[in-house]
Order: sequence, then structure tokens, then C-alpha cells
Amino acid sequence: MSTIDLLATRAVKATPPALSKAVRGLSDKTIAWIFIAPTIILLLAINIFPLVWTIYLSFTNYAANRPNRPVMNVGLKWYRDILGSPEVWAAMQATAHFVFWTILFQTLIGFGLAYLIDRKFKGHAFWTTIILIPMMLSPAVVGNFWKFLYQPQIGLFNYVISFFTGIEPSSFEMLGSVMLAPWAIVIVDTWMWTPYVMLICLAGLRSIPGYIYEAAEVDRASNWRQFWSITLPMALPFIMLAVLFRGIENFKMFDMVVLLTGGGPGSTTELASITLKRQAFEAYRTGYSSAFAIILFVAVFGLANIYVRTLNRVKQR
Amino acid sequence: MSITLSTAHSVVEPSLLAKRSAGFIVIVYALISMAPLFWIFATGWKTPPDSISYPPKIVFNPSLEGYCNLFTTRTRQTTDYINALGPPQGTCDEVTRRREMVIAGASNYAPRFVNSLIIAFGSTFLAVSLGVFSAYAFSRFKIPLADDLLFFILSTRMMPPIAVAIPIYLMYREIGLSDTALGMILLYTAVNVSLAVWLLKGFIDEIPKEYEEAAMIDGYTRLHAFFKVVLPQAATGIAATAIFCLIFAWNEFAFAVLLTSGEAQTAPPFIPTIIGEGGMDWPAVGAGTTLFLIPILVFTILLRKHLLRGITFGAVRK
Amino acid sequence: MKTFLKTATALSAAAFMFVGGQTKAQAAELTLCWAAWDPANALVELSKDFEAQSGTTMKFEFVPWPNFADRMLNEMNSGGKLCDLLIGDSQWIGGAAENANYLKLNDFFDKEGIKMSDFAPATVYAYSTWPKGTPNYWALPAMGDANGWFYRKDWFEKPELQAEYKAKYNRDLAPPKTWSELKETAEFFQNREIDGTKVYGAAIFTERASEGITMGATSALYPYGFKYEMTPGKYDMEGAVNSADAVAGLEMYKAIYKCCTPPGYTDAYMGEGLDAFKSGQVAMMMNWFAFMPGMAKDEKVGAVTGFFVNPGEKIAASTLGGQGISVVSNTDNMDGALAYIKWFAQPDVQKKWNDLGGNSAHNSVLNDPGYMNSRPFAPQFLDAMGGVQDFWQEPSYASLLQGMQKRLHDYVVADKGTAKEALDGLIADWTEVFKEEGKIQ
Repeated sequence: MSTIDLLATRAVKATPPALSKAVRGLSDKTIAWIFIAPTIILLLAINIFPLVWTIYLSFTNYAANRPNRPVMNVGLKWYRDILGSPEVWAAMQATAHFVFWTILFQTLIGFGLAYLIDRKFKGHAFWTTIILIPMMLSPAVVGNFWKFLYQPQIGLFNYVISFFTGIEPSSFEMLGSVMLAPWAIVIVDTWMWTPYVMLICLAGLRSIPGYIYEAAEVDRASNWRQFWSITLPMALPFIMLAVLFRGIENFKMFDMVVLLTGGGPGSTTELASITLKRQAFEAYRTGYSSAFAIILFVAVFGLANIYVRTLNRVKQR
Repeated sequence: MSITLSTAHSVVEPSLLAKRSAGFIVIVYALISMAPLFWIFATGWKTPPDSISYPPKIVFNPSLEGYCNLFTTRTRQTTDYINALGPPQGTCDEVTRRREMVIAGASNYAPRFVNSLIIAFGSTFLAVSLGVFSAYAFSRFKIPLADDLLFFILSTRMMPPIAVAIPIYLMYREIGLSDTALGMILLYTAVNVSLAVWLLKGFIDEIPKEYEEAAMIDGYTRLHAFFKVVLPQAATGIAATAIFCLIFAWNEFAFAVLLTSGEAQTAPPFIPTIIGEGGMDWPAVGAGTTLFLIPILVFTILLRKHLLRGITFGAVRK
Repeated sequence: MKTFLKTATALSAAAFMFVGGQTKAQAAELTLCWAAWDPANALVELSKDFEAQSGTTMKFEFVPWPNFADRMLNEMNSGGKLCDLLIGDSQWIGGAAENANYLKLNDFFDKEGIKMSDFAPATVYAYSTWPKGTPNYWALPAMGDANGWFYRKDWFEKPELQAEYKAKYNRDLAPPKTWSELKETAEFFQNREIDGTKVYGAAIFTERASEGITMGATSALYPYGFKYEMTPGKYDMEGAVNSADAVAGLEMYKAIYKCCTPPGYTDAYMGEGLDAFKSGQVAMMMNWFAFMPGMAKDEKVGAVTGFFVNPGEKIAASTLGGQGISVVSNTDNMDGALAYIKWFAQPDVQKKWNDLGGNSAHNSVLNDPGYMNSRPFAPQFLDAMGGVQDFWQEPSYASLLQGMQKRLHDYVVADKGTAKEALDGLIADWTEVFKEEGKIQ
């Protein structure tokens, strides 16, 4: 008898008969609501109520560091300012660049790795676990020590590149160059999260039933053909899922980039969340940043919605 | 009785050459991917001057300075002062004195690490518990507007943490939860519970209703059936969910840096602020990073088999 | 049931910690918050006297400079009770005074006979008063500081280099007196082989996230004639911020960044500069006077380090640093905190503070005949403090600083636009902030 069994039985036996009867008497409906209520309450308190409050704040000139100043309604001023601000659009562009390239690289490399691991060579379980390690780190800590790695004089990265390509290590700066910094952050994020995409794709590949391949073998379809007509289409929902998760996460990206580049050089890698943080928690323009937060939320929500609908259609095929 | 995945191959039994080449490429990737980690691990064992030497030192004399610096605060003193002190107490004292410095006290790393343990494990436990109850309800009962509720639950994860932090910061300030472990646990639980419900619903959906129904016909109550029949079967799913919730809470930075300070601050906001006598104390940062990775590494390795299943259930259903 | 019990235990444990965390030690204890740097360590030493005298246990919370403002302002705005005493940056005074985060100290000073006239006027103005220049005191001047320069005396004294420099520039190889000279000297050392390694000209501030590049660039801007307002108090920035002189100053700073800094020096502040200098990478380094005592004692370069005041150009000017010590108004140990302030203000404590490595602002220390010889950089320090200028101290200073950080870094490091465009853009940013604040219509 398992431990849970033992404890459950003991608990049942220990329950006084009156309570027992009351509990037994609980209808399914009551149980359902008892089970769901704590979750809903917590989400209402920590997610929904604050969201509503944020919407309210976005129409005011409230500043969190001046709680005693009279709060005035400013209508849609912040929304207009933000949508017309070149700095905000630059931040959105930097974010889009980051999201696009990281997803592209992570999907290609991640799927590739999953496919190779699925060949089930000797020791693949061990090496899979090794590959997983980067994603277990804190993105903030990763950003911090990659700053060390990217330093041209004392960091490993430039010397390794120099070793393979012969370019002088101090001749280029990943973090200080306007051209290279956006790629620097893409490289670090890809390093961290490719394992995650790989895992999802691996699950997808493993879910394809063997008999489909066997049937294809019987029909004498080439490996190449099998890949394109069986493997890829059946793994596609999983790949799309990985893209969705990584897309949402990278849209929200803050800690890794802020510790790696601080948004620099200038504002080249200042992603939307970094701009938001500076407005909200350095300048304490609470009203303005609330409006920005709502805009970001609507953007992600809208995009994700469209994407999930497409994903569902792909799943149905 | 456990549920088995079909162990399909993408192509029926690849050739030995194909396997070997695949293995080779994967191993090369794994090694390249580990290189930065090796470097940080090695940096934890260097002396501060070695860590910022240029060109970077691959071969070096290991030293305990990184780890000692991580856990202590030190001040520089004159040689006379140091000579006047008694014999060094312990290795770290010795190591520090060689640099003409004296240990002045403990650093904040250990308390931050403990905070991380409490907050991360606490919130994971809560999120998974709430998640499993709610997931069961969504799975077995007809909840009105179930699909919408589920999407709404998931959409709460789409806000950038900074955005969520703005009202939470104000709210916590009002009700006194600023810089408290309880506040952080509630926040992380709220963020994680959406993922937990989604994942666990997928797992519980896979468990045939017939088992509980059979148990209930045998006289078990719904509750008893839940605990005795469903939970054990969902153990895999629970483990997978727990890993994801823990990784998030353990490594979280944005909320921690905005909502905590001296009392409840966790390790991620702390590690990037470890400075030495000039710039960052890279050996101490290396040591701190290494130590911080260990609990997650252990937890994940123990439960690695469940990771794979956890990734996709609840989202992609066949 | 089991789950419920576990949950209950976890929640109660958490609640217990929440409660426990709130109850500060009832025994006399004070927490002093400051930045984590050399002077802070000196203060720990100094405070041992206070502990012995008063029986209060001193606890310290030191946060590295790049995170200090963020953390402490967050702390104050969230009503945190971490700090009883805060040695806050001079720019925080406006906000802290208006939001009553700091305790107003006038009554206390009067009661205890602490006179602001005992402290150097420049420091009182900069670190204690809000509104500026009015006799409303929110802090006691604790640490006088300005941006200065370190240089490798031994390299400057090499005969072959002296000869070469003299031949090239027709003056002696010596600490530069103007920014134009600074640039030439930096160019002279850039990529030169000295003692077998390649070295670089100068390490300057280029940090993006907190205040680094602003503090660095203003060291060039002020001597060229940059001003914040044409008329103090009127917020009329046009012609002051973007004058032709200001543009020249900013261009000079960028020129030095481009020509004469070590590789990878794109996000550097105090720590990186110190590292670069100590590891022998640069001939000159910009940094705060606060680091000079420590550098003078450094095992590698202490003996060969010289100091010079920030070069002038049209006028002599240095960027003001330094902090005053304030009492956080929601402290639980008001009496203890005030006792510390009273103790710290005594002349003999100020003298010891100075000896240990702090920069006392007390007249008795500064006017002492032995002061000039007390440390190798004492003359430079007095020189600097005579011509210091500070950034805005408005309550909205964080927005103003953010704007300047972005514009400067965009221009100097990211090569966006011209210096004039950067400064014009800066005026636009600042105008917006002041309009929001109601200071401009």
C-alpha cells in the first residue's frame, strides 16, 4: 500500500463520523467550487484586481513617489504620447528584432537537436540532460556573467572567436557596438533556451506513432520524403507551441538584457520591458507606465490569440 | 498502472552511421554549450587578479578566495594591525589575511539563499497544490465558461512582470506586504498557478474517469477517490509541473528586485551586486552562481524523466 | 487532509516569518545605509567608537553604486523600514524632502547646538538644503567628494617619454591643466608599449544604467561652460545646455572616448575604472576623490599613483559628488539615529573620519594647517571643492538623469547624431519633465 494510500485511509478513519458524513454528503458541485475557489480568488487578487487598477491608473497622472500629490484625470494623454513616441517605437523594434531572431535560431537548432537525439545514439539521455543545464539558470545571473564573458580584454568569448577566425580579440566589442549588441543578446538567449525548444520538439517527435513510419517504409518512401510528409507535419503543433511560449517569454524579456547591456549602447538593446521599468520604477511615472503596460498586454494578448487559433487549426488537421 | 508513450522513432531504426553522426553533433553542441558554464565554474576558483587577467587564464592556481569572498565582508587593514591580531581562525580567515584584509562579518549571500529556498519551494508547493485541485475540477466537472476561464488564467501570464509589478508594488505598500516572504510567495504562486492548472488538467484528462467512478461505486466518496485514485496516477504530471514552477520561482529577478529589500530579497537580485575592491568580484560571482545552480540541478536530475511529459501536456492533445 | 495540513503549515510558517520580520530588534540597534565603497568601510571602523560610547549596535547595508539609487529610492517610496540612517546621494534631497522621507533636522540642530556654519558652505548648500540655499536642513554633510583624476606618476616620469612628449607638444609631460591637454596626453599613451604591455590613454565614465556617463561627461561640460539654466530657478535651459561651448565640451568627451580608452569600455563606471587602473591598463583614470585613499595604499600601483584636479578649459570646474547623512523619517529608533548624527558632527569625530579615509566637510578639519599635508591629494581636493557643480536636485531628478543618460550614451557610445542634436534633444526631454511637474507652463 503506497504512503498516500496509507495516509488517506488513516485520515478517513480518523475523521469523526459527523464530519465524515458531512464531507461525504458534499455534492460534486460543492466540491468543484471548493477546489476552484482558492485559485480563482488568488488570481482575482493578484492578477485581475491589479490589472483593473492599472487600467484606472493609466488615465491619471499618479506618481508612485509622490503619494500626496493630488491625482488628476488625464484622459487618453498617455496613450497618445506612447503611441506617438519615437523612443517607444524604437523599443518595440528592438523587442521585435530580439523575438524574431531568437525564435528563429532556437527553433532551427532546437528542432535539429531533438531530431538528432531521437536517433537514440548511445548515451543520448545523459547528453540531453547536459544540454538542459543552461535553461535552469537565472536569466539575471546569466546576463551578469555573460557580460564578463563578452568583455574584449578579459572575457572568454572574444578569445574563442579569435582562436577560430584569427580576428584580433580586442578589435570588436559585442556589447559596445551598435551593430553587434543586438546579436549579443540573441546569442545569449539562444544559448539559454534552445534546450527548452528541444524538449518540446522531442516530445513531439516521440509522440509520432511507429506504425505510420512502418507503413511508409512498406510504401518505400525515402527518408527525406518521410521527414517532410510525416515527421515535420506531425511535429508541427509542438514546434508551434514552442514558438508560442518562447515568443511570449521573449516579448516580456527584461532581466537578462538589462544586466547584460543595460539597454545600451545608447538604446540599441533597450527592450520594451526595460523602457517600462525605467518609466515605472526610476522616473516613477506611474500613470504613463500603466498605459504602456496595458498597451503591451493588449499587443501580446491579441497576437497570442491569433496565434493560438492558428495553432488549433493546425492541430485539427 | 502507468500511461506509456509510444516509443516511436522518427525513422524506423536509423543506421549505425546515422546514429554515430547524430551523436557526434549533439555531443559537440553539448560541449560548446557547457563551455560558458565551465568558465564561470572555474572563475569561482580563481583569485580576483587572475579572474580579470588578460589574456584570460585557462590554467591557474585554484584558490578559495571566491567562495570565501562570497560569504564574508572584509575590510582592508594595515600590516601592523593584522600582525597584531591572533592566529587566523579557519581557512577563509587565512586566505583573507594574505590579501591584507580582515573578515568583518558575514555577507548577505546565505540569508538570500535561504530566502530563495523558502520562497521558491513555498510558492511551488502552493501553486502545485492549488493547481491540482483546480485542474481536477476543470477536468471532471462541468464548470460554466470553462474554456474562457482557462484562457483567462493562461493570459495572466502574458503581462510583462514589470507591468504586473506596478500595481502590486502599490498594493503591497498599502497592505504591508512589501519586502516580505509571504508577499513573494503569494505573488509567485499566482503567476505559477495558471501554468500549473493548464499542465495538470492535461495530465488529469489522461486519467480515465472510469477508475474514480469504479471506486465511487465501491463506496468511496468523491474526495476519497480523488486522493486515493487520481493523485497517485497524476504523480508524474505533478512532478513535471513542480519542476517548471520551481525553476520559475527560483530564478525570478524582476519581482524580487522591485518588491523586496533587506528582509525577503532572494539570491538573483543579489548575485549581480557582489563587488570586490574595484569592479565586480568575479570569483565570488562565479561561486555564487555555481552554488545557486545546485538545488535546481539536483531537483531536475531527480525528476528528469517527468520533464519531457510535462512540457506538452495540457496544450497539445491528440 | 494531508495536503491541507502541509499547506496550512507552509502558510503559517510564511506568516510567522512575515510577522517576525516586522519586529525589529528591540535592543538598541541602528541600520545605516550607504553605497558599498571604500569610505563605507572606513565608516564601519569609525562607528565602532559610537557603538562603544552608546551601546547601540550598528548594522550596515551597503549597496554597490550602480544599484544604490534604484534600491534606496525604491525602499523609501515603498515605505521600507530597512534604514534608520541613510547617507543618500545629493540629488535625492529634493524628492526626499518633499515626500518627507527625510527628517527635517533644523529643530534638532538648534537643540543640540550643531551649527551649519561649522561646515564648508559648498557642502551645506549641496548636501543639506532644500529648497536649494534656504536654511532648511535635511542632512548633515558627511562626505565631501568630487570627480578627480588619477595618473601613473612612474610613466609620466620616464625620461624617454618626457623627451618624446616635449618634442611633440612643446610642453612637459605633466598632469594636464585643460581638456585639450588631457586629450593630447591620452593620445600620447594610447596603444603605447610600456614595460612589455600595450596600454591605453584614459579610463572615463561611460556607464548607461545609473548615472555613470552623466557624471563623466559633466566633468568635461562644466569646464567648457555648460550650465543648466540661464537664470537659476527659471528653468530657461535654451542657450545654457546647448550653447556652443557646451557642444564643444561634449564633442571633446566623445573624442576622448573614441580615441583613447581601453577596448570594451562602453559601460564603465567606478569599478571598471579602478580595475583598469590597478591592472596597469591606463595612464589616467577619472574617478571620485573617495577612492584616492584606497588607491594610494594599493599594493600594485599605490606608490606610483598621482592625482590631479579635473582639468579646466574656460573655467575651473569639477563634478560634485558627496553625500549628507539623513535620518529616515519612518525609523523605529529615532532617538538612536539622532544620537548618531550628534556624535558624527563632533569635530574630533570628523577629524578621525577624515584620517580613516572619509572626506570630512567640517571647517575645523579643512582649515587645519596640517590638512594640506595630511594626504597626497588634499590640495587637489580643496581645489576641486572650490569649483564644484551639481546635477539637478529636483524631486524629478531621476527622470532628468534618465534623459541625460540616454542622450549622452546615444551620442557618445552609439554614435547617434551630433552633439548639438543630443543637447537640443536633452532640452526637449527636460522641458517635458518640468512641464509635467508644473515648473514650466
